[in-house]
Amino acid sequence: MRQRLETLFDALLPVLATLAALAVGALMLLILKVNPITAYAALWDGAFGSVNSFAETLVKATPLLLVALGICISFRGDVINIGGEGQMIVGAVTATWVGLTFTDAPGWLVITLALFAGFLGGALWGGIPGALKARFNVNEILSTVMMNAIAVQLMNFLLRGPMIDPSQAQLASKIPQTARLLDAFHLARLVPTRLHLGALIAVILAILVYILLWRTVLGYRIRAVGQSPFASRYAGIKTPQYMALALLLSGAFAGLAGAIQVYGVNYRMITDGSASGFTGAAGFNGIVAALFGQLHPLWSIPASILFGALLVGANKMQRVVQIPSALITVMNGLVVVFVVSSEIWRRRRQRRRLTQTPEAETPSKQDQPEIGKEARQ
Amino acid sequence: MTDQDTKLPSGRTRIENLEMRGITKRFPGVLASDHVDFDVKSGEVHALLGENGAGKSTLMKILYGLYKPDEGEVFLNGKPVAIASPTDSIDLGIGMIHQHFMLVPTLTVAENVALGLPSSRGFMTDLDVVSKRILELAKIYGLKIDPDAYVWQLSVGQQQRVEIIKALYRGAALLILDEPTAVLTPQEVDELFVIMRQMTKDGHGLIFISHKLHEVVEISHRVTVLRDGRKIGTRPTSEITKQDLANWMVGREVGLTPDRGTVQRGEARLELKDVSCDSDRGTPGLRGVNLEVHSGEILGIAGVSGNGQRELAETIVGLRKTTNGRIILEGGDVAGLSPAELTNRMLSYIPEERMRDGVIREFTVAENLILREHEKAPYSRSGFLDLGEISRHADELIKRFQVKTPSSETLAKNLSGGNIQKIVLAREISRAPRVIIAAQPTRGLDIGATEYVREQLLEQRRLGVAIMLISEDLDEILALSDRIAVLYEGQVMDIVPRAQATPEKLGLLMAGIRSEESLSVVK
Repeated sequence: MRQRLETLFDALLPVLATLAALAVGALMLLILKVNPITAYAALWDGAFGSVNSFAETLVKATPLLLVALGICISFRGDVINIGGEGQMIVGAVTATWVGLTFTDAPGWLVITLALFAGFLGGALWGGIPGALKARFNVNEILSTVMMNAIAVQLMNFLLRGPMIDPSQAQLASKIPQTARLLDAFHLARLVPTRLHLGALIAVILAILVYILLWRTVLGYRIRAVGQSPFASRYAGIKTPQYMALALLLSGAFAGLAGAIQVYGVNYRMITDGSASGFTGAAGFNGIVAALFGQLHPLWSIPASILFGALLVGANKMQRVVQIPSALITVMNGLVVVFVVSSEIWRRRRQRRRLTQTPEAETPSKQDQPEIGKEARQ
Repeated sequence: MTDQDTKLPSGRTRIENLEMRGITKRFPGVLASDHVDFDVKSGEVHALLGENGAGKSTLMKILYGLYKPDEGEVFLNGKPVAIASPTDSIDLGIGMIHQHFMLVPTLTVAENVALGLPSSRGFMTDLDVVSKRILELAKIYGLKIDPDAYVWQLSVGQQQRVEIIKALYRGAALLILDEPTAVLTPQEVDELFVIMRQMTKDGHGLIFISHKLHEVVEISHRVTVLRDGRKIGTRPTSEITKQDLANWMVGREVGLTPDRGTVQRGEARLELKDVSCDSDRGTPGLRGVNLEVHSGEILGIAGVSGNGQRELAETIVGLRKTTNGRIILEGGDVAGLSPAELTNRMLSYIPEERMRDGVIREFTVAENLILREHEKAPYSRSGFLDLGEISRHADELIKRFQVKTPSSETLAKNLSGGNIQKIVLAREISRAPRVIIAAQPTRGLDIGATEYVREQLLEQRRLGVAIMLISEDLDEILALSDRIAVLYEGQVMDIVPRAQATPEKLGLLMAGIRSEESLSVVK
């Protein structure tokens, strides 16, 4: 009974941590002389208050989920991909190029090709650090971050030069943006809101990633390499290659997120010079969503919706109660800190539960905690 | 009684009698110690015997002040005492020699002894005073030790002596020795026993924890056996046989000397010709090793830890590159082949670090059981795992190898060491290998699990498999092997047939002394 309660508690822990973060946020609101109840009511209303606002939440959740799926793959393979931003940008660029080039082809074909191109673009941007890691043992955290910077400059160059909207090229303002995609190339809307087909694609892919990780040889190997490179090596798995592959796949999903953002929401690429100007920092927030979903592709779905809701709702809250926008960032950060800390706390408690048996106090020479009695036939 | 009689040579008053009465300690779901009585007198070695999880360490940690008992009392010379922390127990004259040494390798012996103690000069160190006292103690107890030597320069046996000096320096009248022989060569064990005998003669009381029966029989005056947290009994050692002790520990009849039977030795299946390789540090790991393992034979590899055993195993299974020589597996040169290719040639490996290399702790039992052949039918087809088949396979092996696990979906990390080793065995043996490399296959396992692993290896030998058994446990080597090769500094010192192998002979070889030189050294 007690054990069941503890399991339930563990499962609810991320939710409790979120509530705790909101409680701390409430304190900050009080210091700013804002009624937290009014503020949070606005947040809820903004995220879930109407069909339109809920649709907007899902629109924001879509790139988060796609990035998160990639993160599930790479983190399970013990590869830390911080390059989601750059991978989204490159995926968006390649996908946009397809839509602007094949203007005579039927819509369904162009969309399919474009999404595939986005997938490949992201795969390229994730694959390069992957190959560097496999070949020269280059730290992927550094290389993926650096690839972000390269991607931004590449985007800025292309949108100001080769890919600039021809009409802008004529004007003196020269706004760095591409031409708008033909209406036939836009992803279908699901309900009369901004919600588009991309959300559905993301959910289907979440199921496919689940199958990939737990039902295929590839997923088995990625997880094996992530959990124990030593045992994997002996099992005949070429560990560097699978780490590189995990990073490549991770980048591919981020690239797809970028492509879907263009074909489902923006219909063109436009840059303000920064990465987040295009991505909305989804390349980073997707990591948080994946961790929140315990690196499980299916749990990443509600996790992404939660963070989508926070993003959308926070906008509304800011408008209603007039607080500095920095506070919204702080609140997001609080949620992340609380959830990650609660996860660490949960693991510690679990370890303590496991080690509170006398076997663990007689550590075997491997120094591993053991539970249960030795089998005696 | 004169003052002389109650004092130890170190100047400390003797502990005539220490008694633990009705000690009970509960952990969630487990009764680790169930009303255990235990006592030790001045001048005796009292052995504490039991399997992993029997409650030996719990009992000793209570005595040393690391745990608080739920029930029961400790009496010192008849008076009840409260031990709330190791500081209390040290003040009472109780010392503990841990299995894993608590020494700082980069400091000298004197610095290690002084560590944590107040200096007689306040803010300044008093290492010269400490050194003088160490030399005094070393002389009294016949411990050869140089206070100015750095710990990293010392052998394992010498480091253990530093631990003993440390305890004596702190005034220990009663010493708890937690599996002190686990890391020693036979000669070092003999030296330790000499020291232990001297200490008991001088009036110290010693508690000796071990699961090596012959050592218990050799050194102890009385022996207490624990099982599942309960005391099974205490007897004078002279009145009990090894077989009785083993049965007490396990709770049933056990075979101490496994039945080897006779097996026809067949063709050479694995041959190493002049094989050399580097260690992780880039120094030579193996130096021109020549070995042959035949079908139906167990070749034992004896040696003190770190003399090339790991390199030998890793080189054969394809995890380490050779720098020279040939490895011939059933007639074909396999040096340089990958672990996957060697798997296909039916080479199996029971790795030394089973938790790290043998299983993936976060994987389920079923997933671990297909680690070697997950990409092959019937476990997977065209890239997709067949979960039904994998689970069926797991259930079959769990039953056949008597793995104690709640289900095949349990994570490996939640199983005991013995059951994890059974998973490794099941995976490596069930694929009908031609050659098995078994590295420390029973290390850290209790008698029940050890017996099982040894039986399985002997069964494979009966089936004609060629087995290389790498073990630091000489008893195991002697019990299982047909021939014994001794590794010293990456070289094979000698290969001795089982009939001619004695612990003494192997011990000298393990110390790097060849038999022809041995006479002059021993005499």
